[in-house]
Amino acid sequence: MSIRDYVTLRVGGQLFGVDAARVHDVFHPRGLTPVPLSRSEIAGVLNLRGRIVTAVCARRRLGLPPRPEGSPEPLAIGLEVHGDSYGLVIDSVDEVLKLDDEKFHSPPGNLPPRWAEIIVGVYQLEKELLIVLDPHTLLDAAHLKAA
Amino acid sequence: MDDLIAEFLTETAESLEVVDSELVRFEANPNDRKTLDNIFRLVHTIKGTCGFLGLQRLEAVAHAGETLLGRFRDGKLEVTPIAVTLVLHSIDRIKVILAGLEQTGNEPDGDDHDLISQLEAMAEGHEVDLTAVQAVEVPDRPIGGEIEPAEINAPALGVGDIDPSTGRALRPGEVSEADLQAAFDAADGPGMGLQPGDVDPATGRTLRPGEVSEADLEAAFAAAESPDWMNEPVTEVVDTKPEPVAEVAPAPVAAKAAAAAPAPAADALQGLGGEDGQGINTIQSIRVSVDVLEGLMTLVSEMVLTRNQLLQISRNREDSAFATPLQRLSTLTGELQDSVMKTRMQPIGAAWKKLPRLVRDLSYELGKKIDLVMEGEGTELDRQVLELIRDPLTHMVRNSADHGLEGTQERIDIGKPANGTIKLSAFHEGGYIVIRIADNGRGLNTGRIREKIIEKGLASRVEVEGMNDQQIHRFIFAPGFSTAAKVTNLSGRGVGMDVVRTNIEQIGGQIDLTSLPGQGTTFTIKIPLTLAIVSALIVGAGGQKFAVPQTSVMELVRTGQNAEHKIEKINDALVLRLREKLLPLVQLGPTLQLEAAKEEDPTFVMVIQVGERRYGLVVNDVLDTEEIVVKPLATILRDVNLFSGATILGDGSVVLILDPNAMSERAGNMLEEKQDEDAEVVTDSSESERVAMLLFKAGSGAPKAVELEHITRLEHVESSQIEIMDGRAALQYRGKLMPILTVNGDYSSLLHGDSTHIQPLLVLTGEGYAIGLAVDEIVDVVEDRLQIELSPDRAGVRGTAVVAGKACEILDVSHYHLRGLAEHQRRPQSSNEERAVA
Repeated sequence: MSIRDYVTLRVGGQLFGVDAARVHDVFHPRGLTPVPLSRSEIAGVLNLRGRIVTAVCARRRLGLPPRPEGSPEPLAIGLEVHGDSYGLVIDSVDEVLKLDDEKFHSPPGNLPPRWAEIIVGVYQLEKELLIVLDPHTLLDAAHLKAA
Repeated sequence: MDDLIAEFLTETAESLEVVDSELVRFEANPNDRKTLDNIFRLVHTIKGTCGFLGLQRLEAVAHAGETLLGRFRDGKLEVTPIAVTLVLHSIDRIKVILAGLEQTGNEPDGDDHDLISQLEAMAEGHEVDLTAVQAVEVPDRPIGGEIEPAEINAPALGVGDIDPSTGRALRPGEVSEADLQAAFDAADGPGMGLQPGDVDPATGRTLRPGEVSEADLEAAFAAAESPDWMNEPVTEVVDTKPEPVAEVAPAPVAAKAAAAAPAPAADALQGLGGEDGQGINTIQSIRVSVDVLEGLMTLVSEMVLTRNQLLQISRNREDSAFATPLQRLSTLTGELQDSVMKTRMQPIGAAWKKLPRLVRDLSYELGKKIDLVMEGEGTELDRQVLELIRDPLTHMVRNSADHGLEGTQERIDIGKPANGTIKLSAFHEGGYIVIRIADNGRGLNTGRIREKIIEKGLASRVEVEGMNDQQIHRFIFAPGFSTAAKVTNLSGRGVGMDVVRTNIEQIGGQIDLTSLPGQGTTFTIKIPLTLAIVSALIVGAGGQKFAVPQTSVMELVRTGQNAEHKIEKINDALVLRLREKLLPLVQLGPTLQLEAAKEEDPTFVMVIQVGERRYGLVVNDVLDTEEIVVKPLATILRDVNLFSGATILGDGSVVLILDPNAMSERAGNMLEEKQDEDAEVVTDSSESERVAMLLFKAGSGAPKAVELEHITRLEHVESSQIEIMDGRAALQYRGKLMPILTVNGDYSSLLHGDSTHIQPLLVLTGEGYAIGLAVDEIVDVVEDRLQIELSPDRAGVRGTAVVAGKACEILDVSHYHLRGLAEHQRRPQSSNEERAVA
């Protein structure tokens, strides 16, 4: 039996989790410079304490509708993939949960392909389901192309 | 991997490269004892270390190679190309085993008996069969990762090796370990100063068997001629390890190296306040890992950014208390940046190291005698740039040997020296390093290139005719262009000069060539010394800022409503008239599909030169120039490929760095599309040569002109001879019926009441037919440059140009040919009889 830490977050009302060890920081994505001609998922590039971070919009990546007007300022979680710094732009961050591997399930087979490849598995929490994201496929250029 | 093995790999890879080039030199000059001693020592070191580390396969191969070298040394064996090839084979085998060792940490399985038996046979003076030796494909190990050029403690480890026992009787011709050791010691100069059992003053204990005292080592190194590769500037030098042997040996060599060619590290240290003026021998060096240097570079980059930020803040403020210290900080940061840059500099010779061996192998494979001359190996450039030009250089040397140089017999037949020469040279010029690769071969085959250009549809025949030789030669850089008549083992594999050009342009460099028939070809490459920090123009377009590297910006032209230079339109293509040339324009905002750009008025045109291409980039604003630190874009953004990176400006914002090369490619596509429509209009005719043109008057409007070469002859006929029927006109000319055309398609002008009126005709001939163009008056034949400035307003006209001081409409001959052809097809009965008229 082993316990893992997950940073839980919300995108479009859905609860997601990312392995806490992969999350470098949580920040407000401000001062975004848009990248012309880039894929629609790319929100832009920004300066995070001297590092150039590429911000990727989770809603667009997951094929969800854009954030409604008047919602609170979005947050981003800092992730590193292939040595590049990324910020995954999300709606809000919840708590860090310690979850038992035994409650972990592989993703159901009826997910849309866009979701299926970026989901590692699902935890059944008491109130709702926690979908565990794979930052790697989420931000990998090759997977993005396929999406 | 075991640390010892990792270190061994690093050192050995370096030694092997030296052995490669030394062997080639040795082959050319077998009487050079020093070279042989040097090779012998290096191979011995490798062997010794292998034994020490228990690498049996390596040791066996190295031992056999060393035995053979020993025979050379003793003068018992003549140095022949076959023998040298055999030794090179064993070096290759060692490299293969090393590659396996690097991957797995263990020696790969394999049998070297084929090689060893041949080496032994050679050492014994028997005939050898090179074909018995399995050729091995040597994996290309990039030097730059963990293997650093300028390693110099390689010989040190070898000295301390433990003699491995072969565990068997000596074969005839084989030399015993002890003999080799003795020979080795002798080669290095001094004999053993201390005998085993004596107490070494440095270590305070007796020497172990096989160990050498510090004093001896010092003496040995002082006496031994330091080989060339040691003279290279050293970026990381002395390793201060606790083992007595490793500790002592490198220091004097480092000092030597520093003395021979001032090492940048030493320079930098001095610049940073190191103690100078104490004489050359006291220059101290320390070995620093590349990671530390890279880290230092990153820190300095950050510091440059922070400085820029501070300067920006202070510019906006009146209180000047900060101004002076800030200025000082700024200067210091600049100096620090320079110093750190210097530590990253490496001599270009590091990228040339493999070439002597390459040329030697090519020379045998192609049966050509080739001398490789290298000049300016010490010229330094950033290690990152060095890595990037290594492959293009190798490719070009290969090309020169394969295609550039004639075969030996051919050279002798035409009275050239039998040996072809490939000369590599490098020098600094401004912020650039210039590298030349010259051969004294046959030069480029201009005729064949010309045919190929037309065949591949890279330019039309007319365009090609108007080009000078150099313009034609430059087509070898065009994608997919390869004139290699036969695909050889060496080149002509479809990866041609276009790849070389792309690689060089990717790092902001330029490539050009000159070629003289029978005298050879020279390629010139110009690349920036560093890529890490570049000065850039910050421009605005579509409400966003972008950085453009200054190296590619030739000039800045202000445009707009009241400016002297106005942007003009040809169809949908924008052009700028600049010093009587038309510059094709690319609008930054619209190209990047920025919405806000639609509202903007273009205010500046940046004239950008990328290789052969010159274009104007239209921007809304030019804001600033700034030293920027180039940071790569995340992989997810690479597919955009218009940006070479991003940077953080003084105000903390991130801007994207435009890649002028990629922009020009994108623009090039657009321009080429336009070229189809507007033919000559966007052609840069700046270098057009003087052409003979016929001036005439026909119809209304401006005088007309046509290149004389299109005219077969001028005729004057009586108007009454021209027969007009059904809106067509024809003339019986030399027994055939020749259609008569007019410039405006109106035949009524041909009807003259006066039957004695003389009608001037220009006779144009095509394949199997002739056309007569009726004109009003032939004015003159002049020679002038043909520069078409204005777009055509109707068919049959290529555009307007100034000829002999007058604005003339230039006739589009192909249009009349088509019309003539159409006329002929309407007369099948006569066209059957048509022959070439002229």
